[in-house]
Amino acid sequence: MSAPQWVYSDKVKEHFMNPKNVLEGKPDDFEHDGEGLAGSMQCGDEMLFLIKVDREKEIITDCRWKTFGCASAIASASKLSEMVIGMSLDEAYNINANDIIVELGGLPDKKVHCSVLGDKALREAIKDYYQKIGQPENIPEEVNRVICECNNVTENDIEDVVLDNIKDFKQLQKKTGLGTTCGQCIEEARKVMQGYIEHYFQNK
Amino acid sequence: MSQRKVYLDHNATTPLHPKVKKKIIDTMNIFGNPSSLHEIGRKARQLITESRGEIADFINADPEEIIFVGSGSEANNTVLSMLTCPSKPCTLHSEQKPHVITTKIEHPCILETASCINQTAEVDYLQVDKNGKIDLQELKDKLKSNTILVSVMMANNEIGTIQDIKKIGEIVQEHGSLFHTDAVQAVGKIPVDVKELGIDYLSMSAHKIYGPKGIGALYIKKGAPFCPFIHGGHQEKGRRAGTENTSGIVGFAEAIKQRRQEMDSEVKRLAQLRKKLKQGLKNNIEKIKFIGEQKDTLPNTLNVAFYGVEGEAILLYLDNEGIAVSTGSACSSGSTEPSHVISATGLEQEYIHGSIRISMGRTTTEKDIDYTIETFTSVIKKLRSFTTFNN
Repeated sequence: MSAPQWVYSDKVKEHFMNPKNVLEGKPDDFEHDGEGLAGSMQCGDEMLFLIKVDREKEIITDCRWKTFGCASAIASASKLSEMVIGMSLDEAYNINANDIIVELGGLPDKKVHCSVLGDKALREAIKDYYQKIGQPENIPEEVNRVICECNNVTENDIEDVVLDNIKDFKQLQKKTGLGTTCGQCIEEARKVMQGYIEHYFQNK
Repeated sequence: MSQRKVYLDHNATTPLHPKVKKKIIDTMNIFGNPSSLHEIGRKARQLITESRGEIADFINADPEEIIFVGSGSEANNTVLSMLTCPSKPCTLHSEQKPHVITTKIEHPCILETASCINQTAEVDYLQVDKNGKIDLQELKDKLKSNTILVSVMMANNEIGTIQDIKKIGEIVQEHGSLFHTDAVQAVGKIPVDVKELGIDYLSMSAHKIYGPKGIGALYIKKGAPFCPFIHGGHQEKGRRAGTENTSGIVGFAEAIKQRRQEMDSEVKRLAQLRKKLKQGLKNNIEKIKFIGEQKDTLPNTLNVAFYGVEGEAILLYLDNEGIAVSTGSACSSGSTEPSHVISATGLEQEYIHGSIRISMGRTTTEKDIDYTIETFTSVIKKLRSFTTFNN
């Protein structure tokens, strides 16, 4: 009787054991146009993302990364790096944790927090690129922002709950898990929810 | 190429000692309910009586002072829950709110129960130093007139630190409070004499010492107050209800019997292996910290922290190479908090996330240790090549 091979899927295992596009050496060893850092070693997850951009076409032509983190963090950084090469800056900017998880074939629920760093670091790298070329006004608009990163709750998710005629924040939390882990998103989440309530129920 | 399998997680659990396995199998057909008066029942009763004697003797207790429970966790729950039992005849309380002192590095079954009884009792948690030792002065300072119980674990499961139980016992006894120790990781690994140590209650578990899972024992000093946690039938002289787990009890006693024979030589052997392991890791890997001093730790336990690499990642890479260990990192515990034990020692955050617990056992060989050193070296090197920290 053999034990189940792994807690993670084969895809995750592959990216974890043989990660792609790892930065060899220091950031200066890879010619790059944008650099983003997310997380911190104190927190247990930190990611550095470097991108090379085709300025004319506004697409990412190459990238490298380094990550301090668990298997999910390493695998999701590797997967993300594969996903973004050849992608437009706009599209890359709007990748969220869920997109990465889907590409990996799923991660255990409690691991969502880990994988969330990849997209954050990438967004920082893209912002950095625009700042470096002196065009901060061109930083793409974030569509369907992830409000609660720990539980992967987006603006659309909040909108859906409000459309269900739920205006109580605690109820929103119950339905989505929003703000029930680190709690840092609560203030912003309240604003977003209020925004939708006013938008849809301003006459009531 | 068949991979070497090295199990280094004995503090989590241990495989059955071959003699324990045999004993359980041989006595499995003695199925009677030990409370029954007929012969079938009496046969089971006999086995339990013998087993109880064996276990009691090992810790220098009297057989009547040992009750069998389902686990070390149950033993711990039983002791702490006594404090706030609302039934006046069996409660320990005085007119004041009962005060309990424990430590920051106890096993979750103590901490959770303590936080549960925090509604009706007052709980204080002693700090530990960087090696996981409590400060006896802090204990003396915290004892007050309504301190009913002090609970300090004998040996810590994560970092292996052994507390000075004898001195703690003296302080507590002089003050007139009761003294409980969670000795789940200690009994069978280091010598334990309850009379010499001045203990009132002591928790034990079989599966940490090559016995079966699902059986533990609680030592209750003759004359010490007691209140049942599991109510019901009259088993264990009314102290713990539930038809006795005869197979488990027999297995437990056999495990103790084997420990009696093997413990002393094992202590020496494991201390040697640990020395080799520690030296090997130190020689081959930089930015590494060991938690706990060699002298006051369980000889089989080595907790090592690596800067710049995360525990779960290390664990899985090692698992892929056939090595089984455990980690104190947050990612693996199901919460976003890292090990409360290692945090209490004051180790820097960046190191806490990269901490690995290595706990050897009776089947760990020198070749295993050589392989472990070699594998750790290559794993840490690989993981450090894609980590954000700069050399």
